[in-house]
Amino acid sequence: MLLTINDLRVRAENKDILKGLTLSVDAGEVHAIMGPNGSGKSTLARALSGHPAYEVTGGSITYAGKDLLAMAPEERACEGIFMAFQYPVEIPGINNAYFLKAGLNAKRKHLGLPELDAVEFLQLIRAKAKLLEMDQAMLNRSVNEGFSGGEKKRNEIFQMAVLEPRLAILDETDSGLDIDALKIVSNGVNALRHPDRAIIVVTHYQRLLDYIVPDFVHVLSDGRIVRSGGKDLALELEEKGYGWVEAAGASA
Amino acid sequence: MTQVAERHETYAARFTAFRGQPAFGPEWLRPIREAAFERFQSTGFPTTRDEDWRFTNVAPIAETVFVEPAADTAVARGAITPFLFDAAIAAQIVVVNGRVAPTLSSLDVLPAGVTVTSGRDAATAGASHAPVGSIADTTLPFTALNTALFADAVVLRVAPKAVVTAPIHILFVSSASGAPVMVSPRLLVVVGEGAQVSLVESYASLAGAQTFTNAVSEFILAERAIVAHVKVQREHATAFHVAAMFVSSGRSATFSSQSISLGGRIVRNDVVSTLAGDGAECTLNGLYIAQGDSLVDNHTTIDHAQPHCPSHEVYKGILGGRAKAVFNGKIIVRPDAQKTNAKQTNKALLLSDEAAINTKPQLEIFADDVKCTHGAAIGQIDEDALFYLQARGIALADARHMMIHAFAGEVIDHITIDVVRACVERVMLEQLSLGR
Repeated sequence: MLLTINDLRVRAENKDILKGLTLSVDAGEVHAIMGPNGSGKSTLARALSGHPAYEVTGGSITYAGKDLLAMAPEERACEGIFMAFQYPVEIPGINNAYFLKAGLNAKRKHLGLPELDAVEFLQLIRAKAKLLEMDQAMLNRSVNEGFSGGEKKRNEIFQMAVLEPRLAILDETDSGLDIDALKIVSNGVNALRHPDRAIIVVTHYQRLLDYIVPDFVHVLSDGRIVRSGGKDLALELEEKGYGWVEAAGASA
Repeated sequence: MTQVAERHETYAARFTAFRGQPAFGPEWLRPIREAAFERFQSTGFPTTRDEDWRFTNVAPIAETVFVEPAADTAVARGAITPFLFDAAIAAQIVVVNGRVAPTLSSLDVLPAGVTVTSGRDAATAGASHAPVGSIADTTLPFTALNTALFADAVVLRVAPKAVVTAPIHILFVSSASGAPVMVSPRLLVVVGEGAQVSLVESYASLAGAQTFTNAVSEFILAERAIVAHVKVQREHATAFHVAAMFVSSGRSATFSSQSISLGGRIVRNDVVSTLAGDGAECTLNGLYIAQGDSLVDNHTTIDHAQPHCPSHEVYKGILGGRAKAVFNGKIIVRPDAQKTNAKQTNKALLLSDEAAINTKPQLEIFADDVKCTHGAAIGQIDEDALFYLQARGIALADARHMMIHAFAGEVIDHITIDVVRACVERVMLEQLSLGR
């Protein structure tokens, strides 16, 4: 198993948000995490990436046989975890390509691989930029600065394509995307589906799952997974609304 | 009060003794010195009751008894090598404790069109055109003190139409062993019509006792002259550094300066740039790093005296420890200075809770067809941005460096001389990691 989350409890802003979440994800699988606002979807994504504002108060996360909770955020990234941010951060003064090269080479160094030089890196990002239909000019702008919402999300998946993670977590990557941008982003994600790679898609809406078809769907309510199923569960949710599983969760 | 009286006597005694020495100067310079000292004596050192010194207490300077550095302070070449630049520089002029050190300087390889004089030559040659003291304002107490007491002046003249591409480096070194020493460096740069030059003015101190550098520099640009200037101040953490720079730009002249302050217990820079001709342009940028208990104060004045002059100003500070900073940016637009376009920005990055900055724009506008903008921002390193970088595999320390670089880049990237830019980046990061 690539990722085993057992009875995870997470606190943020003095509130218990995850209250005993258990989930297993294996390589090659795509899992969708759905749920109403405030159910803890994004908290799960951020806890996995090591965000300092999310305090783990109980439970365990084992990733590729290692204790994930003992690792700093950058170690997790170097070990192959990638989170596409719900709200990508604008960083004026840091060049997009320069930043990505620093990240990629940090990861390669961590894995004992030689660092890429400027020419090799440029070849790599050109190819990946094409995949996401990214304008070359975007690569040389400051990280996310002045990018539209759609450009920011595209930039996230572009980074994912360059960093080639073993576990990718997409935190509401669909929010704020029009249908054309959604298709481009989904194509990018689908191109990265691989037997060695797991993807967790966190989303509020079923729409994204028409394009990134999951193997498993989990419904989160009040910090726990209350229902799991195949891709049909997403369609059922779309039809019946979250009230249906929440009621089921309360009675369970 | 006895202390104050004693210390005034110290300066008076020094001035009286100086009168009898050849370095006091020829006839034209003597009354300038006398008037300057009289002015200094009447005002004394400024206190925090003076508006221009409200946040900068110079009592540690006023209360220290400084001795005159020995006229023949010997400094080994090896000691100053770390402060020299080895590539892409045309000539380096080394000034030790306010006096030009010919054996350490490369005065014989000055580019065509450039003349440098010092000592008696500078004093006598000065009588004719644009001499030392032409534009320095001795109502500033420290400028008056420097004018009264400077032992030597570096006078650099660039002939009309001379285009000097390789930069010239003037290094001012302060060195004291034993008693605290006050050094009064003096620089005059006169650039002829249509000439172009790139200058690096740097200040360093050697290990040893307390130093107080009280520097004055003057830049006079004739019509269409172009000057690219970098000041690098990198003295010891214990050093006192007070410097005033005066600039006068003629018609269509361009003066562009990056002032970098990297160390010292009290650092005070006064810059007064007068746009004295139609269409003159001025860029005053600054970067200051302060750690520990140090204080950095930048007071700038851009005086738009003539129409059609653009001015650009970006000052950025990075403060850690209990460091304090002051930024006061005055922009004067005179009644005749229509079509002025002035832009000023001051930003500070606070790396600790105890660091503090007082920032104040001061706009005095007397013309009606002008564009003036100013802005100030004070903040900490963006934690969300740090996490974003970490989440892509970049270690926290490297992420912080990247953020600091990005912040300082707006000033540092304007330094076009590669070796100088690299030096500033290196010393900046050294200072910041020492202070953490």
